[in-house]
Amino acid sequence: MWRLRQYIKPFLPIALAVMALVFLEVMATLKLPDLMSEIVDLGIAQGDIPLIWRTGGVMLLVALAGAFCAVLSNLLGSLAATGLGRDLRIALFSQVERFAPQEFNKFGTASLITRTTNDVQQMQMVFLMTLRMALRAPLMAAGGVLMVVKKDSRLAMILLALIPVIGVMIAIVLTKGVPLFKSLQHKLDRLNLVLREQLMGVRVIRAFDRGMHERERFGRANLDLTQTTLKVNRIMITLMPVMTLLINFTSIAIIWFGAKRIDAGLMQVGDMMAFLQYSMQILWSIMMLSMLFVMLPRASASGERLVEVLETAPSIQDPPRPLSPRPGAGILEFKNVTFYYPGAEVPVLSDISFTARPGQVTAIIGGTGSGKSTLLDLIPRFYDIQSGSITLDGVDIRHMAQADLRSRLGYVPQRAVLFSGTIKENIRHGKKTATDQEVAAAARTAQAADFIEEREEGYDSYISQGGTNVSGGQKQRLSIARALARKPQIYLLDDTFSALDYKTDAKLRRELARSANNATTIIVAQRVSTVLSAEQIIVLDAGRIVGRGTHQELLSHSKVYQEIVASQLDEEAVS
Amino acid sequence: MSKENSGRGPRHRGGGYGPRGIGRPVEKAKDFKGSLMRLRDYMRPHAWGLLLVLILAILSAVFNVFSPKIMGQATTILFEGMLAKMRGIPGAQIDFSAVGRILVVLASLYFASALFGFFQQLVMVGIAQKTVFKMREDISEKLRRLPLKYYDATAHGEVLSRVTNDVDTVSQSLQQSITQMLRSAISIVGVLIMMVNISLPMTLITLGMLPVSIGISVFIASRSQKFFVRQQRILGELNGHVEEIYTGHTIVKAYGLEEEAVTRFKQLNDELYDNGWKAQFVSGIIMPLIGFVGNIGYVAIAIAGGLFASRGIIALGDIQAFVQYSRQFTMPITQMASIANVLQSTVAAAERVFELLDEEEELPDSPAAVSLDKPQGEIVMRRVSFGYDPSKPIIKNLDLEVKPGQMVAIVGPTGAGKTTLVNLLMRFYDVGEGSITFDGRNIMDLKRGSLRTMFGMVLQDTWLFEGTVRENIAYGRQGASEQEVEAAAKASYVDHFIRTLPDGYETVLSEDAANISQGQKQLLTIARAILADPAVLILDEATSSVDTRTERLIQKAMGRLMKGRTSFVIAHRLSTIHDADRILVIKQGELVEEGTHSELLELGGFYAELYRSQFLTAASEVG
Repeated sequence: MWRLRQYIKPFLPIALAVMALVFLEVMATLKLPDLMSEIVDLGIAQGDIPLIWRTGGVMLLVALAGAFCAVLSNLLGSLAATGLGRDLRIALFSQVERFAPQEFNKFGTASLITRTTNDVQQMQMVFLMTLRMALRAPLMAAGGVLMVVKKDSRLAMILLALIPVIGVMIAIVLTKGVPLFKSLQHKLDRLNLVLREQLMGVRVIRAFDRGMHERERFGRANLDLTQTTLKVNRIMITLMPVMTLLINFTSIAIIWFGAKRIDAGLMQVGDMMAFLQYSMQILWSIMMLSMLFVMLPRASASGERLVEVLETAPSIQDPPRPLSPRPGAGILEFKNVTFYYPGAEVPVLSDISFTARPGQVTAIIGGTGSGKSTLLDLIPRFYDIQSGSITLDGVDIRHMAQADLRSRLGYVPQRAVLFSGTIKENIRHGKKTATDQEVAAAARTAQAADFIEEREEGYDSYISQGGTNVSGGQKQRLSIARALARKPQIYLLDDTFSALDYKTDAKLRRELARSANNATTIIVAQRVSTVLSAEQIIVLDAGRIVGRGTHQELLSHSKVYQEIVASQLDEEAVS
Repeated sequence: MSKENSGRGPRHRGGGYGPRGIGRPVEKAKDFKGSLMRLRDYMRPHAWGLLLVLILAILSAVFNVFSPKIMGQATTILFEGMLAKMRGIPGAQIDFSAVGRILVVLASLYFASALFGFFQQLVMVGIAQKTVFKMREDISEKLRRLPLKYYDATAHGEVLSRVTNDVDTVSQSLQQSITQMLRSAISIVGVLIMMVNISLPMTLITLGMLPVSIGISVFIASRSQKFFVRQQRILGELNGHVEEIYTGHTIVKAYGLEEEAVTRFKQLNDELYDNGWKAQFVSGIIMPLIGFVGNIGYVAIAIAGGLFASRGIIALGDIQAFVQYSRQFTMPITQMASIANVLQSTVAAAERVFELLDEEEELPDSPAAVSLDKPQGEIVMRRVSFGYDPSKPIIKNLDLEVKPGQMVAIVGPTGAGKTTLVNLLMRFYDVGEGSITFDGRNIMDLKRGSLRTMFGMVLQDTWLFEGTVRENIAYGRQGASEQEVEAAAKASYVDHFIRTLPDGYETVLSEDAANISQGQKQLLTIARAILADPAVLILDEATSSVDTRTERLIQKAMGRLMKGRTSFVIAHRLSTIHDADRILVIKQGELVEEGTHSELLELGGFYAELYRSQFLTAASEVG
């Protein structure tokens, strides 16, 4: 939590103001019994009726002032807490947007979503409660003690005797309750996980007839959760009556010893009554405080998760003085590139060297796990290589600004991703300033124009979140159109055509070749038909280049390539 | 994924402060009375326990109600003794023995109240937890019996939220709100009696404050609900944006859309802030305002009590007692004010759980159902018709005969009903008309579990659970040895890949198995199917994410495996099904062509055309 201080800091003035207001409110609340004791000791005992009226009036004013402070502190508290939530949320989101895939995948999409939404919400709530309760309780206790001592310091000694008892109880809450609460959360997550897996894997579970097994797995998680809940609850329900008893027995003691002091003429009855009320307030506020201890671990878990994200430095950063190759050529060169995924023992790619030239298609083909997609991911600098270099027009891409580098690339991933918004907006993600004509041209080349124009609203048709209202093939073509609209120097196409039927595929590639005339094109492919016409084909196997050349050249001397071709084409078609 | 995410919308848990539910929007049950009755039925096994809770609550509350009055008596004695002393009455002093007696009574009252309160809670917590435990178990059991239809039609988030949030709401209510309410109700009555007993005019003052408090709560609550509803909507939008941008992280990076995403986020975030603090503020002032009204009451009582006492109408101790009573009175009243809300949301939550429990189940296996000892894998379909929506048949009058050991490939355009066929074979869905027999027995007469384990299946959607790679493969067969698991992995050419993982076979696959690629996931599921050693194999687009070369290797392994086994292969890519014994071409639910690869090419029909479109384009470009 402490590590979030920089986000809390701007709200310190407000927090201080809230504290001051809460203090005033507490003092007002505490003043009431004091005034009441005046009514008793001076008004009732001496029959001074005007004094009763006057004091009553003062009480009303004090109550009003208290209420005013409460409302105002609530206003400021709300502003501060939601403000903190807002700041944390934007900080987190911006941070995640700076992440390279490496850090991003370390957390996982789902976890990052929860952190940005729920955990921030949790922190916001706890901050608000801290402002409202955590401040109030100690102030109330302190104020109460002050008043008590003022009334009768000797009698106040009774309260002193309580301190060890309360200390023990808080210790119990901290040592027993807090870990239990943590494990409770853990077990709830476990139950959720089991259930989610069962929902998603229902076909497999049924196919292997493991329904009973899964049922038992859930049963175990359920029992575990229930038992822990019971334990937690038993502690909580024991604490409550014990606390209440403590308070009540204290008041009995106060009456008894108070009576002695009254008898000795050292104290007045009204004072004792006020004293009683103060001690109750003190004890109740301490109780509230111990409740807060229960909530804190939850918040600190959330805070921990936020800090984790905020303190993870993006692994890919711009150089202090970025270089920028002169716009033009677009020659991409890999020199002895070796790359390990973080923590892996075996490199995914080793000693890769090749040059991709403008106006040419460089195709990369290879088996699953051969490192094709990884190779492509190195070009936009999603990952940094361990040795060797990748250069664009002679400049190492690590010396370029990421935005500059990426603005020169048109990347089409294996799985098309669209964003909610109109079709036009989606294509314009490629180039913000694209005119309607440019958008339409890109769509035509990508073989998307037909189905777009068939839609009632054409280019203004709305794509829903996750692109659920377009088919896989349409999604892929829109994703290609987005890259085309960019008119990049280099196209990076990652098995882009697999979602398309062969006819569309062939047509698209013809069009693409025409419009990407002067661009460097790098295609990762599984189908031989996709790479046939490439000027340069690179065959990858287990992260190494095992062949390069044109289709015909490779056919004659690459064994791996021959195998790939044989698995896909009929002899007659090849010849 | 998308299906699961759609239900993740945040639903707020009850806030931890103030009376639960005040000022926040409440969900309403569709059939309040009916669902309430069912909830009651659910609690019926605990009827005696609940009766005990009721008795204990009454006892605890009653003892509690008496104590201020008794304490007041002690104060009165002190006051009178002191007054007497002040007035100089000879021998006057505080009657300590009387005070002592009263305090002993008071101590026992406190003790008894605390004890009964404790036991009441203890019993109630037990009942509440047993009830929700049973609820979750019932749901889990129900999920096991629900047909696939339910899973296909319901968002996962929906089910998840019922098991967690809704059950949680019920448990919270049972455990806290309901008992609190019970005590409150008893306290209100008891306190009222005691107050009237002390002073009617002062009671009237206290009661006069009530409508003011309630009026304020209702007025503010209606206002704050508006903000909460709006806040919820914006929060939903914001969460949607986060989900979308995070899911498309690489594209955002590749196209430099970060700034745009942050700008949009900022806009939503600011909007959320504007509404959030208002919602927070408005709902937050209910308590201070009610407190203020309470204080006005307090002052009024102080004045009135002071006036009465100075005229000797009322004892001082009684004023003290009355002040305590009036405090005790306002608290349960504000609690009662939220009873409607709590009850509403509890019943609504319970109703959603009951809705799930009421879903139609899979027909149970008939008592005469058998399991086959030595399945051969002969499958015959006779005039089978089926549609997910009966008015829109997907499969029409399909006849099909597969001999044991045959490899059957199913080809056809998307939506032709290929996957549906698998659903019917494995009885994920039951046929509408016609029959399917396995080794001559109608599959309706076979035990579902036994029927399904005769099939080994590798589906489009790979499913792995959180656990080690080894556990995931071993899922295919209970009690498989380490060697068997590794042999299966080798047979599906994934052994090498597994060994490159940080912990090899003990590598834990994360929740959505994001640490391995789609193709690798499929290889793992293939290994799992190989280990299961089934009579019939079903490969549904199984290798679509695996490159053709690996696929060929797998097919070799499968070839060995498929010896003596019937197998169904569903694929878009014709290259994968060359050497099938029979190829079935299905179009709009009907079998349009049937034969071997060369037979069908010769036929020159749909298959031949499809084949040409796939390969001749490739060939033409060579030339």
